[in-house]
Amino acid sequence: MTLRRPLLLLLLALSLSAQVTSDRLLRPDREPQNWLTYSGAYHSQRYSLLDHITVSNARNLELQWVFQADSLDKFEATPLVVDGVMYLTQAPNDVVALDARTGRPFWVYDYRPSPRADVCCGRINRGLAILGDTLFLGTIDARLVALDAKTGRVLWNVEVADHRMGYALAHAPLVVKDKVIVGTAGGEFGIRGFIAAYDARTGQEAWRFHTVAGPGDPGHSTWSGDAWQRGGASVWLTGSYDPDLNLTYWGLGNPGPDWNPDVRPGDNLYSDSVVALDADTGKLRWHFQFTPHDEWDYDSVQIPVLADLSWRGAPRQVMLWANRNGFFYVLDRTTCEFLLGKPFVKQTWAAGLDEKGRPIKVPNRGPSSEGTLVFPGVQGGTNWYSPSYSPRTGLFYIPTWENYSSVFYKFPVEYQPGKRYLGGAPRSVIPALRREPVKTWDAESGYGAVRALDPTTGEKKWEFRMSDVTDSGILTTAADVLFTGGREGYFYALNARTGAVLWKTYLGGQIAAGPITYRVGSNQYVAIAAGHSLFTFALRTTP
Amino acid sequence: MPAANRTAAVLLLAVTALAGQNLPAGATINDVEAGARLFRANCAICHGLDGSALPAADLRRGQFRRGSTTDDLFRTISNGIPGTAMPPISLTGSQLWQVVAFVHSLRNPATGAGDAQRGQAVLEGKGQCLSCHRVQGRGARLGPDLTDIGAVRSLDYLRRSLLQPSETILAQNRSVRAVTRDGATITGRRLNEDTHTIQLLDSQERLLSLLKSDLRELTILTTSPMPSYQDKLTPQDLSDLLTYLLNRKGQ
Repeated sequence: MTLRRPLLLLLLALSLSAQVTSDRLLRPDREPQNWLTYSGAYHSQRYSLLDHITVSNARNLELQWVFQADSLDKFEATPLVVDGVMYLTQAPNDVVALDARTGRPFWVYDYRPSPRADVCCGRINRGLAILGDTLFLGTIDARLVALDAKTGRVLWNVEVADHRMGYALAHAPLVVKDKVIVGTAGGEFGIRGFIAAYDARTGQEAWRFHTVAGPGDPGHSTWSGDAWQRGGASVWLTGSYDPDLNLTYWGLGNPGPDWNPDVRPGDNLYSDSVVALDADTGKLRWHFQFTPHDEWDYDSVQIPVLADLSWRGAPRQVMLWANRNGFFYVLDRTTCEFLLGKPFVKQTWAAGLDEKGRPIKVPNRGPSSEGTLVFPGVQGGTNWYSPSYSPRTGLFYIPTWENYSSVFYKFPVEYQPGKRYLGGAPRSVIPALRREPVKTWDAESGYGAVRALDPTTGEKKWEFRMSDVTDSGILTTAADVLFTGGREGYFYALNARTGAVLWKTYLGGQIAAGPITYRVGSNQYVAIAAGHSLFTFALRTTP
Repeated sequence: MPAANRTAAVLLLAVTALAGQNLPAGATINDVEAGARLFRANCAICHGLDGSALPAADLRRGQFRRGSTTDDLFRTISNGIPGTAMPPISLTGSQLWQVVAFVHSLRNPATGAGDAQRGQAVLEGKGQCLSCHRVQGRGARLGPDLTDIGAVRSLDYLRRSLLQPSETILAQNRSVRAVTRDGATITGRRLNEDTHTIQLLDSQERLLSLLKSDLRELTILTTSPMPSYQDKLTPQDLSDLLTYLLNRKGQ
C-alpha cells in the first residue's frame, strides 16, 4: 500500500499533465515550454516568456530538423506544442503529430475534403486547437473535426456549413472552457458569414452569431433589400479571448460582393468590424466597424491583440489593431471606446478618422470601370499575418506592406449560388498571394517591412525593410528577440528593440505563417513554415 | 488602357480572332463575349482582365505548360492545377468552353501592314537589334527575347518601345550598375533581386549573383539602354519592322 500510493499519485499527475485543461489554456505563462493556442495565449500577443535564445547568442541558431509536407498547397499553419508533442496541419486538412525534438511523426490523419470545396485563395489551413486529449480541425469543406490527440482517430465530424455554397473553414478553432468556436470563410462567394460554438465533447452546436445583421438584428438597417443574404463578413482567422470580461473578439471580412458596392448601399454591418461576443452565449456585446461600406476588400481579418497598457497615465485594457485598410487603431476592449487611430502606411482612400474612429472617405476612390488607383492595394497595409506585442519593449510589431497600391476595377455582378461573387478585380504590380520565384518589380511599387510602433502614439520606432513584401507573422520573446520571415524565404532573428538583424537563414520558399517557440528538455526551439516544409531551429550545442 | 477601351479592344480582338485558327471550332462572337463575362467573374481576380497579370501564366501567349488545345484548357480550368493558386473552377461544360474560346481570343491577332521579310532585314541590318535581342535562338540575350513578342504586345506598344524606349521599359527589363568594394563596375540586366542579393546577366552574358553587402554602389537604371529609333529608321522601315515583330508569335 505504502509503495503503491505514490505510484498512483505519480500516474495521476502524469495523466493530468497530459490533459490540456481549460485552466491550462488560461495560464500559458505557467508553461512557456508549450504553445497551446494559435497565437500562444488568449491575448494573442504571440509573445513567449522563453529566454534562452538571446540578442547575443541568436547568431548560434542552427537547423535541428525539417518536416517536409506531403502537399504542394501553401503552408500557412501555426503548430501547437504540448509537452514535447507537436501537432500541425498539412494543407489542406491532414493532421500530423510529431516529436517536437526530432521531427519524427507519431501519426498522420489523412483528410480528403470534398472535391467541390472551392476556396478563394488557396487550399490552406492555419492550425488546430486542443482541449483535453482532443484536437479540433476546421476543413475547407466547412466541417469541424475532433481527433484523439494520441492516435489521430476521429471522435466526431460535423458540418458547420454547406461548402457547395462557398463556405469553408480556414483558421485554427478557438477553445474557450468547454466550447470550440469557429467562423466561416467564403467572403468571395456571397455567403452570409457566422461564428458558431460547439460542445467540445459532442460537436453539438451551442450558439451561433451571424456576422451579417439580418432582419431583427441591430445593424440590419445598414443593409438594403436582400443584399444581407449574400453579405459576406467571413471569418478566417482565430479570435482572442479575455477571461475577465468573458468576451471573445473576432475580426470580420469584407462585405460581398467585394468590388461592386452599388448592390449593397449602407454601412454593411458587421463586415470589416471587430465584434465582442459573450463566450458562453455568443451574444454581441459591442462592435467597431473599421471600414464602413468597404469598396476595396479591406477585410478586418487580423488578430485582435489584447494588451494592458498605461494609457494617458491610467491603466487601460486595450486592443491593438493594425488594419488592412492602412490605419492602426487602439480600442478600449471593455467599452469599445476609440482611443487612437493613425495611418501606419501610405493610404489614399480616407482623409482621416473622425473622433469616433469612423473614416472620412475621399470621394470617388471606389472601383470603377476604367480603374481607380488606391493605396493600400487589395492585400492592404497588413493582412492576416500575426503581429506581436512585447510587454517588455512596449512595442507593437506589424508585418507591413508599404507604398503598395492596386487599380480597382468594377464590373456588373450577378449572384449565383456557390460561385465567385466579386463584382470587380484589382490589379497590382505585386502578386497578391503567392511568391513568384523571380522578383523584378521596382521598389517604387511597394516593399515589405517589420514595423515597430509605440502603441500609445502610433509612432514608428523602427523599421526592418525587405525588398519583397511579407506574409509572415511575428514572434517576440522575453529576451527581446523578434522572429519573422518574408516572401523571399529568409527567416530572421531581429533585435526587438532596434530592428537590427541578429541572424538570418535562407529557407528557399515563401514564408506565409507565424513563427512559434517552445522548449523540450533544456533546449528552446523556434519553428516556422516556409515553402512546403516546417523548419525548426535551436542554439548550436557543439562548439 | 482604360477598361472601356480595353473591353472594346478585347472584343475587337475576339472578332478578329474568329478569322484566325485560334478558336475552338464552331465558336461564335457570342461565345467569346459570354466567355469574357465568365472570365471576368471567375478568372480576372488572378489573371487580370486581359490575362496578362501572371508573368508565369500569361494567357496571351496561347501556349500553356499543361497543353494548349481546347481539350487541354478545358481540363486545366475544370480541374485546377494542384499545388498552385489555380483552383478547379466549377462551370458547366458549355460555360467552360466559352471561357476557353475567350482565352484563345486573348492572343494578339494583329499582323501589321508592312513587309515582314523586309522587317527582318531591318532587325538584322541597320537596326542592329540582334546585338541585344534574340529571336529564335539567334542574337544576344541582353534585352528581352523577341521570339513570341507578337503574341503578347500590341502594335501600339511595340511602336512606342521603338520610339521612346525609356518611357515604355518594363520593370522586369531593368539594367543595373553595380560597383564592388574593390572598385570593379558591373553592368547587366537584372534577372532577380531580394533584400540581400541581386542576380543579373552581365554585359558578357555571364550569370552573376551578387551580395549587396559586397557592393559599394548599386543602381537600378530606370532608363532603357536601347536607343530611340525615331531618327534611325524611315517610316517604311519602322512599319516593316513592326510587322515582323507582330508576327513573332512563338515557336
